[in-house]
Amino acid sequence: MLRARLGALAATAASIPITLLGLAVVTFFIGRVVPIDPVLAVVGDRAPADVVARTRLELGLDQPLYAQFWRYLTDIVTGNLGRSVMTSNPVWEDIARYFPATFELATLAIIVASIIGIGLGVLAATRQGSWVDQAVRVFCLAGHSLPVFVLALVSLLVFYAWLGWLPGPGRQGIVYQDMVETRTGLMTVDAALAGDWPAFWDAVAHLIQPAGVLCLFSLAYIARMTRAFMLAELRAEYVTTARAKGLSWSRIVWRHAFRNTAVPLVTVIFLTYAGLLEGAVLTETIFAWPGLGQYLTVSLLNADMNAVLGATLVVGLIYVVLNLLADLLYRLMDPRTR
Amino acid sequence: MSAPLLAGEPLVAVRNLHVDFPSATGVTQAVRGVSFAIGREKLGIVGESGSGKSVTGRALMGLLPGSARVRADVLRFGTTDILHASEREMRGLRGGRIGLILQDPKYSLNPVMTAGAQIAEALRAHTRLGRREARDAALALLESVQIRDPRRVHDAYPHELSGGMGQRVMIAMMLAPNPELLIADEPTSALDASVQAEILRLIEELVDSRGMALMLISHDLPLVSRFCDRVAVMYAGQVMEELPAADLHRATHAYTRGLLECLPSLTQKRERLATLKRDPAWLAPRT
Repeated sequence: MLRARLGALAATAASIPITLLGLAVVTFFIGRVVPIDPVLAVVGDRAPADVVARTRLELGLDQPLYAQFWRYLTDIVTGNLGRSVMTSNPVWEDIARYFPATFELATLAIIVASIIGIGLGVLAATRQGSWVDQAVRVFCLAGHSLPVFVLALVSLLVFYAWLGWLPGPGRQGIVYQDMVETRTGLMTVDAALAGDWPAFWDAVAHLIQPAGVLCLFSLAYIARMTRAFMLAELRAEYVTTARAKGLSWSRIVWRHAFRNTAVPLVTVIFLTYAGLLEGAVLTETIFAWPGLGQYLTVSLLNADMNAVLGATLVVGLIYVVLNLLADLLYRLMDPRTR
Repeated sequence: MSAPLLAGEPLVAVRNLHVDFPSATGVTQAVRGVSFAIGREKLGIVGESGSGKSVTGRALMGLLPGSARVRADVLRFGTTDILHASEREMRGLRGGRIGLILQDPKYSLNPVMTAGAQIAEALRAHTRLGRREARDAALALLESVQIRDPRRVHDAYPHELSGGMGQRVMIAMMLAPNPELLIADEPTSALDASVQAEILRLIEELVDSRGMALMLISHDLPLVSRFCDRVAVMYAGQVMEELPAADLHRATHAYTRGLLECLPSLTQKRERLATLKRDPAWLAPRT
């Protein structure tokens, strides 16, 4: 049995390089078909002809396509994603700077959304048809169907403009700008590591609104799925068995029904998380949050192809890794898949 | 009868039990005035699908869904009035004093818990056993339901067990806290014919050796008559007839007679097998 399990794991692991190769093919192909001359993008359109010609040679654009692809692949593997035209930094450095902001936002949002969403979903499912259930359902529908940008703008209007309880857009207040040494790129963690508590609380205050908006959106979805999964499990025969054994209701709900619900829920939560990590473009734009989504959008609008393709690769990688993690957890939690 | 009746008082008393399921389109009357009593004996309840036999069994354990409306003149287990018992009292009854065996172990066992954990859980819900003691007790129970390799089964998940094996686990689980009444709801319908006999023999042995009462719910008339002391025949939510199992061939009610007529026989040759002709008069409320 152990051998079969290792075999399945190996098969999953082996599928990753193949997926990533496919991703590289796609980004390479996109890079070739967009009507943006990579040479002009580097040297500008007023460069003399000999410079243009030399750059074309340097970029290897005179070589056959397969050679270019090979070069692209080795570049990716060695971490060379090219230079961003817009920031003139290596794309990899840019991503390393922008990604932690998204990571901080998405991780906080998904943790809070999972805890509250699961709680609400289970609560609604165990009281099906009651006013609690109705309230949760209306809340889920509203939370998931309200456009994120409306939520974000209303939140800014209410909590920042009217009440003044929370700071406006950005990751930190102006007085804390560049005051804390960057170690992880996560503003809250860096401030805590430096022991700078005013900066820490400032970073937390800035996180609340964008994380809250993303959280509400994911929460509604997670709660709805939890409710649906739980309702199905609570109708299962083994729940009757558990009740016939004289177990307490909370034990039946959590140890029996929820243990079975958790299996498909893992996938839901991980894919939601992946969606948040790829950058919540609208939320990041409204809250001036310097994250991956914003980087990607700005690069795209400026036809900065190296940056766009690099960020796309990273987003793809995140998806693949999170999928793998969800897969592993799934196997761990459901004995039937082992 | 396996054990003498307790001084006149039956273990289970049901008089004029009604169970209704209200729905958007009207009220479904699943049980319409059922009365019976069970002492330390084996009572078989037979009837076709939808006759209300399972609902009757579940009403005894308070296991009906919240939408069900249960009424009865008497619904009593031991000295507990089930209609007015608190949830805490009912939890003590369920599993503790009444065990329930369901039809198909493929669905009635929790797929993500090991067999051993599910048995130990039943034990620990009603006793003060520690983790280790519960494990030992679970192994002993698995042995008592004649599982050859209790250690393997203890650590196995339900999908790794055969139907017969799963049903043995179910029985072990329900016997764990030593109940006084075992309700077996179609315990062998999902099993292969050869395994059915084994499981029934096992239930019989355990019920006899522990002096338990048994309520066997089935649609299989010959099986129930062979296995039980008394048989109640249900149709459309009512008991048509109740009689000693040995007297089944002397049944007087047309429905019971009709059911018996439908059975093929190895000894009597027949041109055509009779089909049941339903009489609308059977549906009339009985008193």
